[in-house]
Amino acid sequence: MAKVTIDGIEIEVPNGATVLQACEAAAKEIPRFCYHERLSVAGNCRMCLVEVEKAPKPVASCAYPVADGMKVFTDSPMVRNARRNVMEFLLINHPLDCPICDQGGECDLQDQATAYGGQGGRYMEEKRAVKDKYLGPLVKTIMNRCIQCTRCVRFATEVAGVPELGATGRGEDLQIGTYVEKALTTELSGNLIDICPVGALTSRPYAYVARPWELRKTDSVDVLDATGTNIRVDTRGPEVVRILPRTNEDVNEEWMADRGRFAFDGLKRRRLDRPWVRRDGKLRQSSWEEAFSVISEKMHGLKGDQVGAIAGDLVDAESAFALRALMRGLGSANTDCRQDGAAIDTSRRDFYLFNSGITGIDEADALVIIGSNPRREAPVLNARIRKRWASGSMKVAQIGPQGLDLTYNAEHLGEGPLAIAGLMDGSLGFAETLKAAKKPMVIVGRAALARPDGAAILAAAWDLAKAFGALTPEWHGFNVLHLFGGQVGALDAGFVPGEGGRDVAGMLQGGLQALWLLGADDIDTALIPSDTFVVYQGHHGDRGAARADVILPGAAYTEKDATYVSTEGRVQRGRLALFPPGEAKEDWRIIRAAGAALDVALEFDTLDALRERMVAFNPIFGVVDGRVAGGCADSSGPRASGAMGEAAFTLPLADYWLADTVSRASETMAQCSRIYNDPAPRLAAE
Amino acid sequence: MSAPQHQEPVSFAFDEQSEAQIATILKRYPENKKASGVIPLLYVVQKQMGRQTGSAWVPRVAMDQVALRLGMAPIRVYEVATFYFMFNTKPIGRYHLQVCGTTPCWLRGSDEVARACRDAGHLKGYGDTSDDGLFTMTEVECLGGCVNAPILQVDDDYYEDLDYDSTVQLIEALKRGDRPKPGSARGRLCSAPEGGPETLLDIPLAEGK
Repeated sequence: MAKVTIDGIEIEVPNGATVLQACEAAAKEIPRFCYHERLSVAGNCRMCLVEVEKAPKPVASCAYPVADGMKVFTDSPMVRNARRNVMEFLLINHPLDCPICDQGGECDLQDQATAYGGQGGRYMEEKRAVKDKYLGPLVKTIMNRCIQCTRCVRFATEVAGVPELGATGRGEDLQIGTYVEKALTTELSGNLIDICPVGALTSRPYAYVARPWELRKTDSVDVLDATGTNIRVDTRGPEVVRILPRTNEDVNEEWMADRGRFAFDGLKRRRLDRPWVRRDGKLRQSSWEEAFSVISEKMHGLKGDQVGAIAGDLVDAESAFALRALMRGLGSANTDCRQDGAAIDTSRRDFYLFNSGITGIDEADALVIIGSNPRREAPVLNARIRKRWASGSMKVAQIGPQGLDLTYNAEHLGEGPLAIAGLMDGSLGFAETLKAAKKPMVIVGRAALARPDGAAILAAAWDLAKAFGALTPEWHGFNVLHLFGGQVGALDAGFVPGEGGRDVAGMLQGGLQALWLLGADDIDTALIPSDTFVVYQGHHGDRGAARADVILPGAAYTEKDATYVSTEGRVQRGRLALFPPGEAKEDWRIIRAAGAALDVALEFDTLDALRERMVAFNPIFGVVDGRVAGGCADSSGPRASGAMGEAAFTLPLADYWLADTVSRASETMAQCSRIYNDPAPRLAAE
Repeated sequence: MSAPQHQEPVSFAFDEQSEAQIATILKRYPENKKASGVIPLLYVVQKQMGRQTGSAWVPRVAMDQVALRLGMAPIRVYEVATFYFMFNTKPIGRYHLQVCGTTPCWLRGSDEVARACRDAGHLKGYGDTSDDGLFTMTEVECLGGCVNAPILQVDDDYYEDLDYDSTVQLIEALKRGDRPKPGSARGRLCSAPEGGPETLLDIPLAEGK
C-alpha cells in the first residue's frame, strides 16, 4: 500500500494504482476522455492532468503510478490552467454542432467543457473535416466530432475481440475507422456508442429521436439472451426509444449485446393488441369476454390429460408459474417449457444452471465448451470468457463445429460427443490441462442437450466435470448455457411435465384436445393436429399465433413487472416501463382470468400474492438480485439414458439477429441480418 | 504516351525475390514477435510493386498479405502503412520526386527545386502525378541532408546541392531512362568542401607522410 495525499486528504491505495485511481478513492473528480476503467490506458487525451509535488510539469494522472508519500493537487492554478488549455485544443477541431448532436445532454465533452473549459476559443482558422465512416447498421458515425481518444479502438480490440477498428493516418490526418469500410463483425457493437465520450459514434436507430432529458428511465432486465443483462429502458410517451445497459459487476459489467439493445423496435410491430378468435377458419378481432367464453366452451369438461401447455423462451417466471397452477388445477400434468426438447434434468437445480456463475469465469483456469457458441448465445458472457483468456490464466477448448471464431483461441477437440469420451480417457492432450487446472469449467450449450442423445450428453458433461475435479464443495464447474432469459425462470417455476405428464414432443404427437401456448413460437406448429384447440397467449403475432384458435394478447418484457432468472440462476426483476398496447394485459392476470373462466381456483389475486406462492414453491424466487453461489455439495450426476451418438454438434441461433419473436419483428434486426449474413461482404477501399 | 492506370489489384502474392527478402527479415525476430517485421515487409511490398508495375505503392490486398504472414490483424498493418508517409497507399508515378521543404533546404533554394520539378516533370504541384505517369511530386520533411541542401530524393537516391538548372537536367535524364549518379550536383564528395579539402591540410597524416 502507498500513502498519498490528494488535496490534503491522506489515503492509502495499493501499489501500482494510478494517480487517477487514487484521486477517485479520495472522491476527487478527474475529468477524462480516453481513460476507461475497463480498457487499457492510452494516455492521449491529456484531460486528466494533475499537479504532483516536485514534478516540474502537470502529469497525466491516468497513466502515472502512485508512489509512497506523493502529494497530488487536483485543483491548483496549474491544474486548472492545464485543463483549460487541453480543452481549448480538443475543441479546436470539434464542431460546434451540439444543437443537432444526438450526444447532447449526455456528452462528456459538453459537460467537461462547461466544467473545466475556458470562456471561449481563440481559434479562427478552418476546422478539419473528416469523412464519416461506415461501421455497420447500428453505429452511426459523425467523425468530425471525434477527439481521437481511441476508446472504440481499444474496446473493439480488447473487449469485443475483433481488432477491426484502428487509427489510420497521422497527425491532423489521423482518422478512426476500419479503413476498409465494413461493418464491425461483433455482437457488442452497441457498446461503442456508450463508450464514445463525444457524439462521434451514436446509435443509428436512435438518431434524432429524443433528448435524454425527455426520457422516462426504467430499470429492468434483458431477456433476449440468458445472461440477465441489467438494462435501463428509456421511454418517451408510449414507446421505447432505446435500451441501455446498467452496470452490474457480477453480470454484464457495463456491456450489452446488440440484439438486446436494438431489437426493441420489434416491440412496436406485429403486436397482438386485442384478443382474436378463429371463426369459420379465420381469425377475427374479438373481445376478452368472447375469448374467455370460447375458451370456457371448448375447454370445460376436458379431462386433465387432454389438456397441455407449452411455454416459450421469453416468458416471465410469474406467468409460467401461474399457467402451471392453472394446468395442475385442470388436472393436467402436461406442461413443458423446453420447446427445443432439451434433455434437462430438473431434479436438481444445478443440473441446469451456469453454476460457476459469470463471476466464476474470472477464477476459472481451464474451460471446455461443448456444443455451444457463446459468442452468439451470450455475447456479454463471451466477453467475460475472453477477458479471462486474455489475462493468460485460462486455457479454452471447444467441442463443436470447426472454425468457430469465439474471439479467443480455443483448441478444437472434435465435432461430436466422441471428444468428450476422448477427454475422459485422456487420449486428448487437453485432458492434461484440465487435470492440472484448479478450477476447471465445463460449459455445455443448451443446443447440445436438444438432440436425441441429449440426456447422455448432459450426463457425460457432468461426469467430465466430476472426473477433472470441477465438482468440489468449493467450486462448481458444471455449466449449462441457456439461450433466452425466460428459460431458467420457467424451469425454476416447475414448468416441466408433472407425474406422468407429456413433454413437448409428446404433446405434439396428438391426443390433446386443447393446447395452451404461452409465447411458444419455436415449436413446429404444423405438428399440432388440426382438431386441437389452440390458445396462444403472447405479445407477437409470430408462428404460434398463426396456428391459434384464440389469441390472448400479453405483455412484452418491457411492459410488465416480472421475474426473470438468468442462466446462472440469478433472479432479477424486470419492471414496467410502459403499458401493454391496446387491450393487451399482463400475462399472469390473463391466466388468473382464464382460471376464473374455467372454474379453477387460483390462489392469487395480486402480483404479491402470486410471488408469495412462488417463493413457497421454490424459495429461490425470494433471492431477488442475487444467486445462490457455492460449490457442488453432491456430485452424483443427472440421470442418463441411452448412449451418446456420434453426430456432430450443431449450433443454435443460425441467425443471431432473428433469434426470438421480438427481433423477428424488428426492422433494425432484419437489416442486421441482411448485412451480417451477406456471404461476401463488400469491401470498399477508399 | 498515355498514363499507365494503376488500380487496386484484386490479389497480391510475393514474388521469389520478395520471398527471399522476407525470409531474411523474419529471421531477425522471434516467432512470437514477428509482427515487428511489419515495416520491412511493407517495404518489400512497395519494392515489388515498383518492379512489377512501375509504381512503387502498397495496395490494400498486399497489406492483407503482410498481416496474414505476420499473424496480425489487418487493421494494425493499415495503421502502420498509413502512419508513415514513406509508404504510398495510392499509386504513384515511375519516379517519386521528394522535395525537402524544411528550413535549411528552403533557405538554400528548395522553392527553385520544386519549380524545376513542376516545369520539367509537367506537374501541377505537390501530390500530383504527371500525365505520362513518370513522376509524382511530394513535399517531405527534413531528409537529414541539410549540409548539402537543397535535396531532392528520387525514390531512394539523394540528389544534393541542386538549383533550378541542375534539377531540370536531372529530370530530363530520368525521362530518358538514365539514373544519374546520386550525390552532389556540384561535384562535392559527400559533404566535403567544393574542390577538395580546405582545412587540416598541414597534418602530416593528411599529406600522406
